Amino acid sequence: MGRTSTFLLSAAATVLAGTMPALSAWQPQKPIEFVATAGPGGGTDNLARAVQNIITKHKLTEQPIVVVNKGGGSGAEGYVYGKASAGDPYKVIFGTSNAWQQPLVSKVAFNYTDLTPIAAMAQDEFLLWVKQDSPYKNAGDYLKAAASGEFKMGGAQSKDTDEVLTRMIEKVGKVKLTYIPFKSGAETAVQLAGGHLDSHVNNPSESLGQWRGGTQRPLCVFSPKRLPQGPKVTATEGWSDVPTCVEQGLDIKQYEQPRTVWLPGKVTPEQAAFYVDLMKKVQATPEWKDYIEKTSQVDTFLTGAEFDKFIKEDLEHVKQVAGEQGWLVK
Amino acid sequence: MDNLAELLHGFTIAVTVPHLALMAVGVLLGILVGVLPGLGAPNGVSLLLPLTFGMQPVSAIILLSSMYWGALFGGSVTSILFNIPGEPSSVATTFDGYPMARDGRPTTALATAFGSAAFGALVGVVLITFLASWVAQVALAFGPAEYFAVYFLAFASFVGMGGAAPIKTVVALAIGFAIAAIGIDTVSGSVRLNMGIDELVKGVSFVVAVMGLFGIGELLVAVEEEFHARAVSSRIDWREVFRAVGRLPRHGVALLRSAAIGCWMGITPGGPTAASFMSYGIARRFSRRGRYFGTGEVEGIISPETADHAAGTSALLPMLSLGIPGSATAAVMMGGLMIWGLNPGPMLFVDQKDFVWGLIASMYVGNIVAVVLVLLTVPVFAALMRIPFVVIAPLIVIICVVGAYSVSNSYLDVVMMLGFGVVGYLFKKLFYPLAPLVLAIVIGDKAEDAFRQSMLMSKGSLGIFFANKLVTCLIVAGIALLLLPLVLQLARLWRKPASPTADTTSQEKVII
Repeated sequence: MGRTSTFLLSAAATVLAGTMPALSAWQPQKPIEFVATAGPGGGTDNLARAVQNIITKHKLTEQPIVVVNKGGGSGAEGYVYGKASAGDPYKVIFGTSNAWQQPLVSKVAFNYTDLTPIAAMAQDEFLLWVKQDSPYKNAGDYLKAAASGEFKMGGAQSKDTDEVLTRMIEKVGKVKLTYIPFKSGAETAVQLAGGHLDSHVNNPSESLGQWRGGTQRPLCVFSPKRLPQGPKVTATEGWSDVPTCVEQGLDIKQYEQPRTVWLPGKVTPEQAAFYVDLMKKVQATPEWKDYIEKTSQVDTFLTGAEFDKFIKEDLEHVKQVAGEQGWLVK
Repeated sequence: MDNLAELLHGFTIAVTVPHLALMAVGVLLGILVGVLPGLGAPNGVSLLLPLTFGMQPVSAIILLSSMYWGALFGGSVTSILFNIPGEPSSVATTFDGYPMARDGRPTTALATAFGSAAFGALVGVVLITFLASWVAQVALAFGPAEYFAVYFLAFASFVGMGGAAPIKTVVALAIGFAIAAIGIDTVSGSVRLNMGIDELVKGVSFVVAVMGLFGIGELLVAVEEEFHARAVSSRIDWREVFRAVGRLPRHGVALLRSAAIGCWMGITPGGPTAASFMSYGIARRFSRRGRYFGTGEVEGIISPETADHAAGTSALLPMLSLGIPGSATAAVMMGGLMIWGLNPGPMLFVDQKDFVWGLIASMYVGNIVAVVLVLLTVPVFAALMRIPFVVIAPLIVIICVVGAYSVSNSYLDVVMMLGFGVVGYLFKKLFYPLAPLVLAIVIGDKAEDAFRQSMLMSKGSLGIFFANKLVTCLIVAGIALLLLPLVLQLARLWRKPASPTADTTSQEKVII
């Protein structure tokens, strides 16, 4: 894709912008790049493309938006790219909590402090899943059986959200689980359906099709209260019928994965404010509601101090688990 | 026969004027992205994806899947004409396709490739039509140990293969494994072998490696050997297109065997790349003319192409019925399904019959549209071979540089691509085989993940590879393929111990 076209577009945009009155402190003057820190087809990529689609449809900015995937190294590629683009307000990085979790456990060349936080736009829930025909009716049964020490827990990536949660379950439930990392949640779900694993902790959208198809079912959700009422997933049950893990004696009150949006470091506050505002506008559209419902996520919007607080809390928590497991990199 | 009734219903959805138009558009765009290296089907499909959000899901998937067919065909064009594989799965096509085109028979090479590809795709669709539910069950039986066994089989079908000295094959494999290990390790989550370069955390892209090894490497060799430096005076003959396709049934055994390998790898899902390599390796072993492979043999084109398309097509089935994408493109389409509000999984076949059977019917029609369109373009593409080398050479460099850059807009990739070009040149000059190197780069990390996942599961016991019939069969077949050449050589030594290296010199020429 040509430098020339980018150049022409930006030249055209500059001419246009010159004739228009300034609407706010800062407006983009050239095409914007959305960097998804995941390969095409994953949850992060879907978010970036959904946001791109909504912005284009509602003409929330005059500038064209391109989505690029930089999912290498479990997302590190995209964050490193963001770090290298310091001061460039035309790169928007879409990620998850691995922006601050990954640097803790792996020698990657970035930290979340190299980036400018914009917002956490949605929260993905975690559930404890078992194979459809397994004998466990609730989390208590599961823990009792897992006491044998022979249970295999699958998850996406190593030392990432899924494994952190697995280690928390071990600690709270006083069991020992063998954690097997796979490339993605979808892959993990199929391994459970095939009976190669005993359980996993997928997000709702990663196992929705499998639940409907009767290959696996959720035991409980790691959330303080049950999920909101939605359409039924199977003939008899929907997300709101899944009990919380606390109800069933697995005392992990809350564990969620935020979908996060960042700018590179060293951008001006006006530039950051523009994107915060843009994302707020995106969130107010009906298409956004539709996206949230289809992917079974929870709609949240954390920005500024709230977002910072969330990061700090999560960081403390992960540090503790990672420290106990001896994962922390020096 | 329920499936047949559903399929007929599917045809009523697929064969409508707007859908046929979408197919033609998709196929043409697909050929375009397939021909331009670095763009490739996964990128092409993700670029089109936002356009489909407003469409009916069935129209959207018809457009995207047609683009996929087009890209699979288009990927073979550059492999054959310029030795630059546009898609990972068309690497094996270069081994005999390129020599044949160089030999002045580009029309034959292209028509043979397209004809056998269409055959493979049709076998794949027929399989999906009739065995959808059974196939889903097979794929479920594959845990990490079984995956490893499949990859092992793919490697084994290559290692002992004649041509290069076995030790050189092993060296090439080892280098490939080392390159595949660069980046984040799935199992431990730590960064490996990035040599202090932060950006290498993303690993080495296959496209970058292949464009350097094949495109630039071949160019360097060509510059040195003057005979390449003239244009090939190929006569453009329309009748040759049909003659080449007409000759295909003579290679019925190769076609059927390759289609079977392709379907198997597509379902399991080893993917089209492993399928095409394995099919080529096995054809080389069992064909009567196996010793000539690498010099422009017809079966050397038929085998990888048929398997590639059979696998590419049948890989859509695990995507729909289980939600596991069998290829990178399938992964993008799956993302599309979610956005359109459909959830891939076993229920799709029950809830969304129109969608599923409309898609399957469109695979029949779309592939026929695709093969007609590409066969029409054969003379045009073949004419490219007439362009003098002085014009083509800079073009190849440009294509490779732009292709490498566009993988992730990274300058480092361009540098690495050029580095791989030098490696490719050295490999050729020193008679090291490139195929095992590429195979190890492509599926090396997958094989490693599968092996280590198996070890975690069995707490370190190799017994997991003999735990059930399926995995035992795969492993035993792999070991047998590995040992076969050794046994044959021993047998030969036994018979005439005098001159065991009689034909090694003639073989060195056909190293791939």
